[in-house]
Amino acid sequence: MTQAGARSWTESREGREVKIPEGLWLSCPACEEMIYRKQMEANAHVCPLCDHHFRIGAQERVRQLSDANTFEPMFENLSTVDPLKFVDLKSYKQRLKAEQQKTGQKEGVQCGRAFVKGRAVMLCCLDLTFFMGTLSSVVGEKITRSIEHATEHDLPLIIVSCSGGARMQESGFSLMQMAKTSAALARHDDAGGLFISVLTDPTTGGVTASFAMLGDVILAEPKALIGFAGPRVIKQTIRQELPAGFQTSEFLLDAGIIDRVVHRQELRNEIARIVDFANK
Amino acid sequence: MAIKYHLEFEKPLVDLEQQIEVLEGSAEAGQSDLTKEIAALRKSHHQMLRKIYNSLTPWDTVRVARHPARPQCRDYIGLICKDFCELKGDRRYGDDPAIVTGFARIGSHKVMLIGHHKGRDTNEKLACHFGCAHPEGYRKALLKMKLAEKFGLPVVTLVDTPGAYPGLGAEQRGQAEAIAVNLREMSRLKVPILSLVIGEGGSGGALGIAVADRVAMLEHAWYSVISPEGCAAILWKVANEQTNLAAAEALALTARRNKRLGIIDQVIKEPVGGAHRDAKATAGSIEKWITANLAELKRLKPAGLPARRYERFRHIGQFRESRPAPVTTDD
Ligand SMILES: [Zn+2]
Repeated sequence: MTQAGARSWTESREGREVKIPEGLWLSCPACEEMIYRKQMEANAHVCPLCDHHFRIGAQERVRQLSDANTFEPMFENLSTVDPLKFVDLKSYKQRLKAEQQKTGQKEGVQCGRAFVKGRAVMLCCLDLTFFMGTLSSVVGEKITRSIEHATEHDLPLIIVSCSGGARMQESGFSLMQMAKTSAALARHDDAGGLFISVLTDPTTGGVTASFAMLGDVILAEPKALIGFAGPRVIKQTIRQELPAGFQTSEFLLDAGIIDRVVHRQELRNEIARIVDFANK
Repeated sequence: MAIKYHLEFEKPLVDLEQQIEVLEGSAEAGQSDLTKEIAALRKSHHQMLRKIYNSLTPWDTVRVARHPARPQCRDYIGLICKDFCELKGDRRYGDDPAIVTGFARIGSHKVMLIGHHKGRDTNEKLACHFGCAHPEGYRKALLKMKLAEKFGLPVVTLVDTPGAYPGLGAEQRGQAEAIAVNLREMSRLKVPILSLVIGEGGSGGALGIAVADRVAMLEHAWYSVISPEGCAAILWKVANEQTNLAAAEALALTARRNKRLGIIDQVIKEPVGGAHRDAKATAGSIEKWITANLAELKRLKPAGLPARRYERFRHIGQFRESRPAPVTTDD
């Protein structure tokens, strides 16, 4: 069930980028053993030998988290425009089209109602395969509408984050999505709504500094890179090597910033458990 | 007029300034009456200044916003506030001098004033990390905003930061969480909030104290999701004069463009040649903006402010909506 065109992708391990090519077998970027792709995919895209969590797209994430055939996509009628007529080496329009062709998706988040182990939830999954899961007006709007929908219907809100941060091509509009989503979460909180934030590899920049860090409960997959600034920027600023394991889920757990590190195979159980504890 | 540091595009002014200085020197020495000559030079200087500042590129604007002599938060506090009672510390970790907070009197209003401070001399700059705040800075700001809310005081914030500090301690202490919480809590604060970008409005670090009922920018300030250099390095693969200019253009970071996009509500004019040429006049314009807007906002019921603020931010962003979303709810 991997999405079309996303069979090869890039992972980063301790600062180096590793390209995962197509093929029946692949080399795990963590343990460097050859593993059988189908076996890895059947194992929730986790290395059967070392538990390395491979990056997955939103479709696969939705499939893994929700009960079979219960996800009803919402707000699919929103599409991205180019408000600033942004052109760098390529135009934003060209880049958007390329991302859309590569992934078969319109934008970098999937939102909708779903059931998780029989519990009705509002589910949003950012899509790293689309424009690095960056925060565009549409991504911000879909998440805000999802939050509002969850508030209105007293649904537990689950947002699975993975993002490179801001969508630079939308500049100030991208920045303001941070305020917009956070403000919607204030209302959700005022109404007594539950929000479980799930952080996955990588979650950085404006997404971390807004809704991703505002969960009533914050879960993270093992060894995910999570931070405000990217490791490269920090290295440049302080001009020294970063300590091993810096900005990983485990580091944030030790620092008291997240609640739990959860194996991907356990996410559904954990979400259902927390929903029950919160009486939702 | 004694500006020691000149920006590249101000170079044509240097000659004139030197001539004026020389003439003034000899006039003082009583050698001859040079009033007319000096006046003529001053006039052409002013005209040239106006011309230069009327045609700044967005990248020039960024450089004006970073001018070492540009007035900073503490300068404006000195010029605008009749009384300033600084309050320090986040009660959790420490006091971050990159964010200044305190009770202040502005005109007839008592407010909580909060602002980024970059620092003047080397020691102060280092202590302030050049205006890049740590989590304790954002948490201090929020603590004082809550204090303001408790006593019904409006909040006024002055934004001037290249961005929140990217470092080991900042990450370990939850930089992202600190900013995120500020965004959420500012959105529901039950007192009026005004935010003004006085210099640099760098990304989340700026927004972390700028979720306000009214947001304005000084004419030569910039406000964007990333600095032009950062953007150039990523999208153009290299940051140099040319790509910085291209990125500054593309990011729509000037006050005028932010106003046109609806991200800010007002542009506050600076004196000809920028705030660094006349801090007092700039402070006067800022004070006027603050007092006028506070007078308006104070007429509204405090309990209704969060809903208005919500609407203000709720509608920022552009996209196409093809047809009403299909109704999928059955409850
Ligand atoms: Zn492995």
